[in-house]
Amino acid sequence: MVKSTSKDAQDLFRSLHSAYSATPTNLKIIDLYVVFAVFTALIQVAYMALVGSFPFNSFLSGVLSCVGTAVLAVCLRIQVNKENKEFKHKTVVTNLRGIVAMFVIAV
Amino acid sequence: MMARGLARFLVSLLLVAICNAASVSQPISDSHRSAALDVFVPLDGSYKSLEEAYEALRSLEILGIDKKSDLSSGTCENVVKVLGSPSSALKDVFYALSVNGILKCKSGDDVPKDVVSKLQAGAKDAKLLLDFYYSIRGLVLVKEQFSGTDLTLGDAEAIFRSVKALSQSDGRWRYSSNNAESSTFAAGLAFETLAGVISLAPSEIDQSLIQTVKTGILKLFDSLRKYDDGTFYFDGSEGPISTTASVIRGLTSFAASESTGLNLPGDKIVGLAKFFLGVGIPGDAKDFFNQIDALASLEDNRFSVPLILSLPSTVISLTKKEPLKVKVSTVLGSKAPALGVKLAQALNSKGSSVINNQELKFDADSATYFLDSFPKNFDVGKYTFVFEILLDESANEKAYITEAQTKVPIAATGAISIENAEIAVLDSDVGSVESQKKLDLTKDGGVSLSANHLQKLRLSFQLTTPLGLVFKPHQAFLKLKHESQVEHIFLVKTSGKKAELVLDFLGLVEKLYYLSGKYEIQLTIGDASMENSLLSNIGHIELDLPERPEKAPLPPLQPTDPYSRYGPKAEISHIFRIPEKLPAKQLSLIFLGLIVLPFIAFLIGLTRLGVNIKSFPSSVGAATSALLFHGGIGAVLLLYVLFWLKLDLFTTLKALSLLGVFLLFVGHRTLSNLAAASNKLKSA
Repeated sequence: MVKSTSKDAQDLFRSLHSAYSATPTNLKIIDLYVVFAVFTALIQVAYMALVGSFPFNSFLSGVLSCVGTAVLAVCLRIQVNKENKEFKHKTVVTNLRGIVAMFVIAV
Repeated sequence: MMARGLARFLVSLLLVAICNAASVSQPISDSHRSAALDVFVPLDGSYKSLEEAYEALRSLEILGIDKKSDLSSGTCENVVKVLGSPSSALKDVFYALSVNGILKCKSGDDVPKDVVSKLQAGAKDAKLLLDFYYSIRGLVLVKEQFSGTDLTLGDAEAIFRSVKALSQSDGRWRYSSNNAESSTFAAGLAFETLAGVISLAPSEIDQSLIQTVKTGILKLFDSLRKYDDGTFYFDGSEGPISTTASVIRGLTSFAASESTGLNLPGDKIVGLAKFFLGVGIPGDAKDFFNQIDALASLEDNRFSVPLILSLPSTVISLTKKEPLKVKVSTVLGSKAPALGVKLAQALNSKGSSVINNQELKFDADSATYFLDSFPKNFDVGKYTFVFEILLDESANEKAYITEAQTKVPIAATGAISIENAEIAVLDSDVGSVESQKKLDLTKDGGVSLSANHLQKLRLSFQLTTPLGLVFKPHQAFLKLKHESQVEHIFLVKTSGKKAELVLDFLGLVEKLYYLSGKYEIQLTIGDASMENSLLSNIGHIELDLPERPEKAPLPPLQPTDPYSRYGPKAEISHIFRIPEKLPAKQLSLIFLGLIVLPFIAFLIGLTRLGVNIKSFPSSVGAATSALLFHGGIGAVLLLYVLFWLKLDLFTTLKALSLLGVFLLFVGHRTLSNLAAASNKLKSA
């Protein structure tokens, strides 16, 4: 049973990987940016866990800025994704430039 | 005016204080001379008026203080100016001439002719007493100071009569014929004026006129006032000192000017001298001048010169056995002629005389009379010595006068012997002695007693004078001082042969505030006649008193030691906020590195994904704006880094606003270029 589970996990991982490669490059860039932001936030949390929460302001600003920019990037990804049909009528502006402009302003 | 009134009040207060005591007058001494320097020498060397200058210089001259070199320059200038100007008032001319007489600014043959004519005209036309005074006295001064003048008054008798017309029947004089106001001060001025007229007259003035003046003088003496201690004075609106001085000046100059002599009652002259000596040292310049000038007139006059008996010390010490010294001198302190001094009586406090008719011996070196032997029954205490002066009348040129009897209070002091001093603790009712100690009051004893509240403390001693009589001291106190500094004082009363104090602790318990414990005992015995007054710490007594009930008063708070209150206080140690514990530096640096890692991974991932900048515009215009745009963004990021590192918010915001405006323009250009390019692509 262990062998099958590990084989299942490998199969699962391979299928995900192949599906992911199909996404367009734009979206991959945005994904990479999100991963980078989250990692930075995680490292800061680990530092805080090690040395204590003084000064608390710095910890909060660091973590929340990373998390915030990650969230905004995720919103951008949703709006830019062409396969996301249900979102089309929800955007304020329909064209790509407008979406990118909104992202920039938000950041 | 306020100052003069105040000075007069103080002087009269001083005189009232003196009149109740049988006081001894002292002649003018060096303390007067040093005070005169303070009063009469001005700080800047010049006087406010010639009158002030004259008063100051005359006083200094009488006292024998030579300050002429310091003061003459400024004053002489003033004198010469006044004498030279034709419009000076009579009063200024008079005082200028007076000052000139002392300082000798102008002398010899240099006669100021216009001054003389002004004075003569003034004498002829005068109607007021003061005008007569200034002009006549001025002419007298001119005659004294400048030789070669032949000054005579034209119609001397007429002037004499017109001055005489201002006199009154009670001996006083009026200032003018219109004004009915009269004063004794004016009488003095009138006498001086009349003396001047007599001396300037070319021929003898009618004796009957002079006689009327003399009767007037005797009438004036009826208004003489007296104090209890035998001093006489004239009173007036100018104050007793000024008025009396003016009269004395007038009398001396009148007596000097005429030949038949003036007979004035001698005791009154002595009384007047004592009045001036009794003033002491006046603080006011005018009073000082009047005092000194009057005494100088009394010192050397034609009627009678008073002699003053004074004692340098009025205490006789029986232990030291020094003689009692007596001095006789004139009022200004000059030598008296040969005379004898006798102690008529020495009255003790009971009124009986212990010494009678004792002649005093004379010591020529110090010019003092002394009494060196006292009788065997001369004990300590207070005495009144009555001295009489015996003048050798025939041998003198001048007529000297003294007091009939001079009463002097004398204190005799001696060593009092203290005997049978003992302290005892008694049991209350029975009166039996529990503990008794003999005391040696000359040493601080270490007597140690103890008592409870049912017992009594008895202190007794005997004081005897050198003659063996019982002595009652002025002060005999016993002080009990508790450890807590609370003190109680009790009087030791003398009755019969001994002095005794009995403290009944039962009655004193409340007074002692129920404080038990160790009390220090201190005995004080003192008296003016006792040369060996003592304060001795006898020792201690332990008192055992009952507990304090609630209602009883608390002992008074003792004053705290001032040094402990104002001394340095304990040092304050400040507690500062403990700084937060920071992590180790290396750890922080490691994590800084770790943070940078995801960023690098992001960049590597981007290149792996094939990010390129192919659609970077190639044309020059678009390229520059695009470059500028990206450059601007980079600058903003750099600004953030600088803000983190060292800038403050305000500079950062300023720079950011500038960069923002710049980026706005450049960004807009870049975007429009991009839009144009994409439109071109779409249309193409």
